[in-house]
Amino acid sequence: MSPEKVNHLPESDTKLTLGLPGAGGECHRTKAGTKRGFLETVDLNLMSSSNDNKHCEENDAMASSKTPATKAQVVGWPPVRAYRKSAMKGSCKFVKVAVDGAPYLRKVDLEIYHSYQELLSALEDMFSFLTIRNHVNERKIIDNVNGVEYVPTYEDKDGDWMLVGDVPWKMFVESCKRVRLMKSSEAIGLAPRTPAKNSSKS
Amino acid sequence: MRQDLTVQQMSEDDDRSPPLDLRCGAAPSINRARNCSGEAVSGSGSSTSSSIPASVPVTVTEYQSQYPDQVLEIVLENVLQFLTSRRDRNAASLVCKSWWRAEALTRSELFIGNCYAVSPDRARGRFRRVRSVVLKGKPRFADFNLMPPDWGAHFGPWVCVLANAYPWLEKVYLKRMSITDDDLALLAESFSGFKELTLVCCEGFGTCGLAFIASKCRQLRVLDLIETEVTDDEVDWISLFPEGETCLESLIFDCVDCAINFEALEKLVARSPFLRKLRLNRHVSIRQLYRLMVRAPQLTHLGTGKYGPSEVAQRQGDTEPDYIAAFAACKSLVCLSGFREITPDYLSAIYPVCANLTSLNFSYATITADQLKPVICNCHKLQIFWVGVPCVIDYQCFEEIWVLKLILAVIMQALDSICDEGLQAVAATCKELRELRVFPMNAQEDVEGPVSEVGLQAISEGCRKLQSILYFCQRMTNAAVIAMSSNCLELEVFRLCIMGRHRPDHATGEPMDEGFGAIVRNCRKLTRLAVSGLLTDRAFGYIGKYGKLIRTLSVAFAGDSDMGLKYVLEGCPKLQKLEIRDSPFGDAALRSGLHHYYNMRFLWMSSCRLTRQGCQEIAQAMPRLVVEVIRSDDEEETDNYVETLYMYRSLEGPRHDAPKFVTILR
Repeated sequence: MSPEKVNHLPESDTKLTLGLPGAGGECHRTKAGTKRGFLETVDLNLMSSSNDNKHCEENDAMASSKTPATKAQVVGWPPVRAYRKSAMKGSCKFVKVAVDGAPYLRKVDLEIYHSYQELLSALEDMFSFLTIRNHVNERKIIDNVNGVEYVPTYEDKDGDWMLVGDVPWKMFVESCKRVRLMKSSEAIGLAPRTPAKNSSKS
Repeated sequence: MRQDLTVQQMSEDDDRSPPLDLRCGAAPSINRARNCSGEAVSGSGSSTSSSIPASVPVTVTEYQSQYPDQVLEIVLENVLQFLTSRRDRNAASLVCKSWWRAEALTRSELFIGNCYAVSPDRARGRFRRVRSVVLKGKPRFADFNLMPPDWGAHFGPWVCVLANAYPWLEKVYLKRMSITDDDLALLAESFSGFKELTLVCCEGFGTCGLAFIASKCRQLRVLDLIETEVTDDEVDWISLFPEGETCLESLIFDCVDCAINFEALEKLVARSPFLRKLRLNRHVSIRQLYRLMVRAPQLTHLGTGKYGPSEVAQRQGDTEPDYIAAFAACKSLVCLSGFREITPDYLSAIYPVCANLTSLNFSYATITADQLKPVICNCHKLQIFWVGVPCVIDYQCFEEIWVLKLILAVIMQALDSICDEGLQAVAATCKELRELRVFPMNAQEDVEGPVSEVGLQAISEGCRKLQSILYFCQRMTNAAVIAMSSNCLELEVFRLCIMGRHRPDHATGEPMDEGFGAIVRNCRKLTRLAVSGLLTDRAFGYIGKYGKLIRTLSVAFAGDSDMGLKYVLEGCPKLQKLEIRDSPFGDAALRSGLHHYYNMRFLWMSSCRLTRQGCQEIAQAMPRLVVEVIRSDDEEETDNYVETLYMYRSLEGPRHDAPKFVTILR
């Protein structure tokens, strides 16, 4: 199996690092909705879907140095329990996620996601009664059953409640202490950060 | 005693009967045998996981006198009390009706290997005096996200019936079951003498449920939560244990990833003089560990929490506790685990106990071989060793940059040898080793792993008493596997996971057929096998030909054609659990197992070449088999192939709690 040719590698990708290559590249599940024969692939960086070739070529390593050359990743392979995988990660950033009206909390490790989209998809999986709808410039979270709209909010290091999505992803991971999906009707008064700080979404 | 039964009895450790041909639709013929008192009775099939079909009639000739029979039964009951193994009990229950009855009355431990094989009511109807229940639910591949959540295996229906039927119940062991807080509440309230709760790979409840157990089970001796998901309901369950001296002998909660009230835990340990096993979660710091160890030097099993100083900077003048002394004081310590987020400097604290250790679990500890060696070289009595090997950089992306590739290849070589070195140290010292598990620290496919055939070869030469091995690696050779097959003749469990799919022998380029062939040929005690790497049908031919004792077989990304699966189904008479994924086995292969499926606990096949039609045929041919086709989403599958087939024998027919994405074929 030969890797695809790499035409150009940015400097940062040739940096040698020992140890855990970081949380990226690990795709131990796709959403339950994908149908696949032998292989299931989600390329986390390119967000493209796979080919079904049994002997899949390795993807090229244009990925960031955080993700090693991602071969076609397959659900549940190698067969290591999720519990063990997360326990061995060492650092992790677990935050509680609460949904207004739901009787239970969930915890997520923010470090395994790379974008708001990934996080919201994961939340969609965890709270199966929710659906994420992507509109222009914003994402809505809707309860399937009764149509109630939720707004994702988080508590930051300073104890303030902010809207999720207003700061770059990494900044969010660093400052987030807990997440709350608040009913839209109650989410008045939560202002996005002022443009002076940072207004880019990721 | 030849019998035609609708369900062949077989429980987990039952190695009695060869497969029988079972004709569907035929009325079971009753075999008549005489028992001691001259009655004609029917032979009855029985096992804990499938009791007598209700339809089997029993004819009894008149009693000469009731009195002798009652005496006989009382004598029997008293004798049968001493039978503990369920295999023996199953055999005893087949002798005659009277023995069946007596056995049913005296069986105190109920083992149900598949919670859907028999209903709670049926179990309760047969066994009246049960004190201990073992229930297993989901198939093992569910652990690897191959099954959608909410598939089933609910404890709820069971706990309701158990609560009514066995108020004296003392022990519950659940594996891969879905449990709610309410279930735990009911359990806690219903059994006043409840003593032991063990939950392995379960989910569905939170610390709320634990609070019920802690507060209401006053006689609790064992609360063991192993690789179980527990949601954080922000309930301080530790402080809910009753005041005063407790009966606690074992408290294992390392998988409960919630902060706990340490003061309450310390007080609990202080008032638990019988505590022998304690496994903490990562929220307990090493300083806190020290305080606990000082209070419980009688511990035999200890799982540390976070094994290193916390981020809170130690104040100047604060002396470090004497960890070495704390460990040295635990003279009975034989099992150590934990070591999360480890600071390797602190490893030296465990040196005093190494000489007595029989079990050491470093699988969550990121340490190098050099840090491991001083520990291992003292562990002469070690029988069980679990270790995680750190992954290394992936250099495949540097294919084009040949200079870098060269440098990296040299480094890789060196690093490989370092980690194999760790295993070599084990091989040199741990002559009593019975069980070895080598996990990948970062479980990816393509990262070059630092253990290889060198480590395996070393272990095979040094640890001749090895009985069980689980070995993850990136690459392997037939030679090393063959070496293990001839050196480790006591092997009962051989699970080799070559993480790169379809990887051949990296020295010869050959498939791994000969290696696994040697294992099944030479290891005469082998009961459990997991294969990997590039494998042709020939490997399966070997398994079918030589694997006569194999009960559990795991196959992934292997085989060429239907013949592979045929060899196994036709050749392995003891096969009970077969799990296959991503292998090219189709309907014809499935048909070749018809003679055997009633002897098995389950068959799992995902991403193979089965069609719905093929599965349907099986369902029609075998009425006592539940044939589940599992989709990964709600839509109809457009592919011709079935995504997942999960089938199992059952006395109850299709279950009523199947979710939408499960179709049960008839």
